[in-house]
Amino acid sequence: MKSLGNIRRSFAPWNDPSAKPYIAFENITKAFGSFIAVNDLTLHVFQREFFALLGASGCGKSTLLRMLAGFEQPTSGRILLDGQEMSGIPPYRRPVNMMFQSYALFPHMTVEKNIAFGLKQDGMAKSEIEDRVAQMLKLVKLEQFGKRKPHQLSGGQRQRVALARSIAKRPKVLLLDEPLGALDKKLREETQFELMDLQQELGLTFMVVTHDQEEAMTMADRIAIMDRGQVKQVATPAEVYEAPNSRFVADFIGSVTLFEGKVEKAEGNRIEIAGTDGFPIRAESAVAVTPGATVHYAIRPEKIRLTKARPADPSVNAAEGEIWDIAYLGDMTVFHVRLASGKVIKISQMNATREAEEPFGWDEQAWVSFPANAGIVLTS
Amino acid sequence: MNTTWSRFNILSVVVGFSFLYLPILILIIFSFNASKLVTVWGGFSTKWYVSLFSNQGIMDAAWVTIRVALLSASIATVLGTLAALALNRYTRFNGRMLFSGMVYAPLVMPEVITGLSLLLLFVAIGFDRGFWTVTLAHVTLTMCFVAVVVQSRLVTYDRSLDEAAMDLGATPVGTFFQVTLPVILPAVVSGWMLAFTLSLDDLVIASFTSGPGATTLPMKIYSQVRLGVTPEINAVSTIMIAFIATGVVIASIITKRQEVQRKRDERMAMAQP
Repeated sequence: MKSLGNIRRSFAPWNDPSAKPYIAFENITKAFGSFIAVNDLTLHVFQREFFALLGASGCGKSTLLRMLAGFEQPTSGRILLDGQEMSGIPPYRRPVNMMFQSYALFPHMTVEKNIAFGLKQDGMAKSEIEDRVAQMLKLVKLEQFGKRKPHQLSGGQRQRVALARSIAKRPKVLLLDEPLGALDKKLREETQFELMDLQQELGLTFMVVTHDQEEAMTMADRIAIMDRGQVKQVATPAEVYEAPNSRFVADFIGSVTLFEGKVEKAEGNRIEIAGTDGFPIRAESAVAVTPGATVHYAIRPEKIRLTKARPADPSVNAAEGEIWDIAYLGDMTVFHVRLASGKVIKISQMNATREAEEPFGWDEQAWVSFPANAGIVLTS
Repeated sequence: MNTTWSRFNILSVVVGFSFLYLPILILIIFSFNASKLVTVWGGFSTKWYVSLFSNQGIMDAAWVTIRVALLSASIATVLGTLAALALNRYTRFNGRMLFSGMVYAPLVMPEVITGLSLLLLFVAIGFDRGFWTVTLAHVTLTMCFVAVVVQSRLVTYDRSLDEAAMDLGATPVGTFFQVTLPVILPAVVSGWMLAFTLSLDDLVIASFTSGPGATTLPMKIYSQVRLGVTPEINAVSTIMIAFIATGVVIASIITKRQEVQRKRDERMAMAQP
C-alpha cells in the first residue's frame, strides 16, 4: 500500500498488535448533571506518543484530560496509566503533570520558585532542586529570568515557564491544555516546532488538547477527532486528512466538497456514482458498497483541476460551471465554482509561478475535473 | 479628558468636603483649646492631651477597646475567609443562595437588633458579660464584612492556580497555605483592617454585650458626653481619628505602590522580545 502524506519517522506502535497501551481510557462516561460531556469513550495512547485531542469547544476533550489529571472523576469506566488503575487517586499523587491554558503560574513566586514548586512537594534535596531548576531554565532558554516574577515576563516567556514547571518532575505523561492558545500566530508556529523537539529530546508522552487543527496536524503523531463526547476517528494527521472515515471528519479537517449520489455500478473497488449534481462520478472505494446505496464522494480543494476546456482524458470526472468567487491568498488562490445544479465547489490552486498560466475572471465559464482516485467514498 | 474646573464644580467640591470634614475639623481644633469651655476659644494648648494620659478611666477603656479590636478582628478574619472560600468553591450545593444571603444579612441588620439578640443569647446560656462577650459580639458583627471583601477577591481568583499546585503534588492543605492564601492575602489583610476599625468604633453592640470592667472607649466617650463635653473628649477623639487615618493612608499607599510596581514591570516585560 502506498503511504498517505509524508512520513515523519518510523514510530507507529499503534500498528503493532503486541504493543501495550500506556494510557487506556476504557468505556469512560462523564456526566455533569444531565449533560453528558464524555460518552462511553475508549481510547489508547502509547508511550512516547505525541497525541492530540481535537474538537470544537464543548466536545469533551478538556474533560477527558482533566479526568486523567484527576480533577474530575469519571461517572463510569476506568482509566489505566502504565497498567495502574487511576480511580480514587487524587491529583497530587498521579504521575502526570499538566500545563494549563492560563499557564496558572503562581504570581507571588519567582520563575525559579515556580519551577521548584513541584520538586519541593516531593521533598527533594535543596541542592538537587537547584540543579534541576537550572537545567529546566536552560532547556526553555530562560536562564536570565530565574529571579523574575511572572508578571514581569512576556506571554511567550510565561508559556515557557509553565512548560518548564510541568516537566520539571519528569512526569509519565505531560498534559497540555490548549498550550499555545494565548500566543500570537508567528510565535505559535515557532513554539509548535519547539514543543515537538522537546518531546523528542525528553522522550515523554504528550497529550495535548486543542481546537486548532493546524496545531494538531503539525505536532501530533496521532489525532483523535472528538464530537459530542465521542471519538470520531483516531489516526495520523495524513490519514485523517486523506482518508477520513466519515463526513463529519472530512468536513471538520480542512476544507472539502461533498457530492451525494447513488452507486450505479460496483466492480471491485471501482464504482460509478450517479451524482445528484448532474454528472456521473467514477470513484475508487476502499469500503465495499452495493449498487443502489447512497454514498458521498468527498474531495479536497487542491485535488481538483480548473481548466477552460474539458480535459481530453475521458476517464476523469468533469463538470462545467461558472466562476463564482475568487480569493487570492498569496501562496494560493481559492476559487468557488458554481455548477448548473447550484452546487458550489471549492478549488485551490498553488501559485507556483508569479503569473497564472490560465487566468480566470469572475463569471467566466470553466471546467472542474478530478481523477477517480482524487477523492474518497464515504458511507457514513 | 476635560480637566478644566468650572465654578460649579469647585463649589460642589468645597460644599461636599466641608459637609464631610468641617465637624471633624472643629473637633480637632477645639481639642487644642486652652479654655475649659468647649465652645469658647481660649488660645492654643496641649494640656488636655497631657491630662488625658493621667485619666485612668479613659486609658483603661482605650486598652480594652484595642484588645477587643485586635482579637475580634483576627477571629473574624479567619472565620470570614473560610466562609468566603466555602461559598466561592462549592457553587453547586443545595441552599447556596440561602447561605450566602445569610452571611450578608448582618451587613444590613440594625445594630440594635444584633446587640439585643446577642444579649439575650448570653443571658440565656449564662455567659457572664465582660471582655469575652464584647469580643464575640464583634466577631459576629465584623465577620460578614471580611467575608464580603475576601469573596470579591475570590471572584477573580484563577482556580487553575489551585489545580496547578495540586497537580504538582501539593496536598489540599499545602495548596491553601502555599498558593491560595498568599495570593489572596491583600484582601484578607484589608478585611482584617476593616474588622479592626469597625470594632474600634462600635458603640451600640458593645453597650448591649459589655459588662463590668469591659467598658470600651466609645462607651466611655458617650457616657462622659452625657455629663457634658470636655476638651479631654475632643483630645481622645482626635487621637482616634489620627490612629484610623494613619492606618487608612498606609493601607492605600501599599496598594498604590503595588499597582505602580506591577504596571512598571509589565511595561518592562513588553519592551522585551
